[in-house]
Amino acid sequence: MAILVSKKVTKRFGGLEAVSKVDLEVPEHAIYSIIGPNGAGKTTFFNCVTGFYTPDEGVILLNNRNITGLSPDRVARLGVSRTYQNIRLFKNMTAVENILVGMQPHLKSGVLGAIFRDPRTNREEKEAVEEANRLLVYINLKGMGDLLAKNLPYGQQRRLEIGRALASKPKLLLLDEPTAGMNPRETQDMVNFIRRLRDELGITILLIEHQMRVVMSISEQITVLDFGVKIAEGTPSEIQKNPQVVEAYLGRGAASGLSQTPVEV
Amino acid sequence: MKSESSYWVKTIQNGLIGGCISLLLALVGLVLAFGKTYVISGLFTMGQVFFLAPILFESYMSVRQAPSKKIITLLAIGGLVGLLGGVMLVIIIAIQQVINLREVLLNLSPNLVTLLTFNLPLAAGLVVLLVVSIAIGVIGAAFFLLPDRIRSAISQAFLTVVLLGLFRDLIVTVIGNWGPVENAFLWLFAQSGLSILGAIVVFVLVGALVYWRMGRDKKATSITRNPRQQSMVRWGRMAVLALVVLLLPFILGSYFSEIFDNVGIYILMGLGLNIVVGFAGLLDLGYVAFYAIGAYTLGVLTTSEAVGILHLTFWEATPIALLVAVFAGVVLGLPILRLRGDYLAIVTLGFGEIIRILVLSDWLKPLLGGSEGIQRISQPTIGSFIFGNQQRLYYLILVGILIAGFISVRLKDSHLGRSWMALREDEDVAEAMGINKVITKLLAFAMGALFSGLGGALFATKIGSVYPQSFSFIVSINILSLIIIGGMGSIPGVFIGGLALVGLPLLISQFADFRYLIYGAALVAMMLIKPEGLSPEARRRLELHEVIEEVPIEEPTTVLKTPGESGGR
Repeated sequence: MAILVSKKVTKRFGGLEAVSKVDLEVPEHAIYSIIGPNGAGKTTFFNCVTGFYTPDEGVILLNNRNITGLSPDRVARLGVSRTYQNIRLFKNMTAVENILVGMQPHLKSGVLGAIFRDPRTNREEKEAVEEANRLLVYINLKGMGDLLAKNLPYGQQRRLEIGRALASKPKLLLLDEPTAGMNPRETQDMVNFIRRLRDELGITILLIEHQMRVVMSISEQITVLDFGVKIAEGTPSEIQKNPQVVEAYLGRGAASGLSQTPVEV
Repeated sequence: MKSESSYWVKTIQNGLIGGCISLLLALVGLVLAFGKTYVISGLFTMGQVFFLAPILFESYMSVRQAPSKKIITLLAIGGLVGLLGGVMLVIIIAIQQVINLREVLLNLSPNLVTLLTFNLPLAAGLVVLLVVSIAIGVIGAAFFLLPDRIRSAISQAFLTVVLLGLFRDLIVTVIGNWGPVENAFLWLFAQSGLSILGAIVVFVLVGALVYWRMGRDKKATSITRNPRQQSMVRWGRMAVLALVVLLLPFILGSYFSEIFDNVGIYILMGLGLNIVVGFAGLLDLGYVAFYAIGAYTLGVLTTSEAVGILHLTFWEATPIALLVAVFAGVVLGLPILRLRGDYLAIVTLGFGEIIRILVLSDWLKPLLGGSEGIQRISQPTIGSFIFGNQQRLYYLILVGILIAGFISVRLKDSHLGRSWMALREDEDVAEAMGINKVITKLLAFAMGALFSGLGGALFATKIGSVYPQSFSFIVSINILSLIIIGGMGSIPGVFIGGLALVGLPLLISQFADFRYLIYGAALVAMMLIKPEGLSPEARRRLELHEVIEEVPIEEPTTVLKTPGESGGR
């Protein structure tokens, strides 16, 4: 069964079609990758799924429910969570606070609860903090909860960002280049970690990735975008043999990478 | 040697800067305004403190940075700074004798010249001015050479003397209310400032106390108090503070109670704006609008004049005033909360002006009284107790502040508080985390409007009338300034900012003319020296200072291990 389906999703910026009639079907519990040269429209596609952009055409379904054009917070509440290419933590909040913000969709207490501190609010708050601390342990940041996010080393910031996304108990997790800027050792750890998320928590993972080694080892399905158009789809071994993909990467790769950067934000 | 020669250049710079500040303070009129305010009666005035303090400060700073540690060199540096500062003052006075500079520099009056030359004939006065400046410079240098403990004792004792002299009127009036105790203290003071004997006694007492405490602190580190004692000390302090706050109107008497009422209303509104700007990061420059709405709603509903409608009591009208203010906040908020930063500031600024102009307009004159405002606003009563004077109103305002403070503290440390913080940090990501941007921002706006409206209602009942002039743009700026000075997002900071920015100019009437000069200078100085404010939120302090020390050094090996090892594949 597919958790995420996109049908003919198109997003234009002025005359430029950043994403053009993209069809995609992400099966539940899969690790699914979107690859493509710089400017291929991968992040734009993510932004369409998470509600930051409303597609100009096409439909996005989450568990058969149409989420096209919903606001980002609504999409988040329906169980879609994401990380960013360039880490976007709440830098001046502590690690625990970052995770607590991620739990937002599950907290019910309102203004009056916050002011009068009724037992239910207190219980909810206490449970949230405990849960956050458990999550910190899970992402291996035990004991670092009170550090400001910006003071954490790079690799830990990456994991905290994932932790924050996990806090909302997503069904679908979108990871935008989770291994960017990592050395081979760190990259391998991240790959293991992503597998754990799927195996232990049962989360479906959709990721954008540049390092081919990572993509080929981790993905079960791959979609290749080039100039906003889907040029191939299949298992890693199929993709590796696809002549169009090879052309996109090697033939015009360098040139298109330079000329099209504005799309990829 | 190069560093040494460049250092002399720096010293000369410092001397000139000191001179410039002195000159500036003199030429804007601050020195003259305090020319008759004695710190120590018959000895020296606050005016003199104003033009000599910059020289003292610059000389101390120069000596502190000096590469050489030779006493003679250091004293020479101090002397040079003093000389340069003095020369600048002398030059401007000398030029004034030849060409009339008063066309441009209005405050360069004969009175100022007499003051700067210590009431002496011109030539002799200029020489004395130079000598005094040099002496002050040398004193600044010598001050640096003293041991820490003595230096702190002297500086704090001197500061106390200056403050007591400056606040003489307040203190004498306050003591005047105490009856028999009065005579035990009054001898400390003269007609203006402290008496010489009083100054000596205060100086010696405070100096000795500081000296003793610093000695004790050193020992105390080895015999730390146990936690229970500490918490008792803390509770004791809180109790004393609470007692002082409760008894303040009786201690102060009616005139000064009014000043504290004004400060209180500003603090109340500061707490509200702190939620909007400090917590949620929405720069609102039209905050005065809600203040006006609160005040006018209360006015219209309670006045016994013909323009009034309903003629309600204060207690009936206040909830309505608050509702109207909150409603206005939501109505304004809805369309504009999509705007960010500068744009939001501009729109809110416009809103503030619109409200003021509406209130002034002929169109609403039948209801709001136009420029004549609304008079005879009723006073709050409980049974037969009327909050009819400034001392009684103090308690009403205090209750308002306590409620606002309580709500602020609770909200800050809740998941709503965290959502505000997240929106302040990164709006897009906060939304992607499931935070509803519009509702969350509206809540901040509504909270701000609520406290501002309450401030307005209290203001209206306190004055007994409302006029459009009370609600100018500058009120918004005042409140924003007090938050910035106190520390954005910091609740104690609002109190400190309010006392410093609103309280000081009211307490010392000579400051009133220089209010905005001081605001400006204070804001610039804060941004340069202490951008996190006087009483910063712990988080902000982390953000702006300790980061440099606390950034953990990235060690690739430890970073790498973590997920993989536990991942265990």
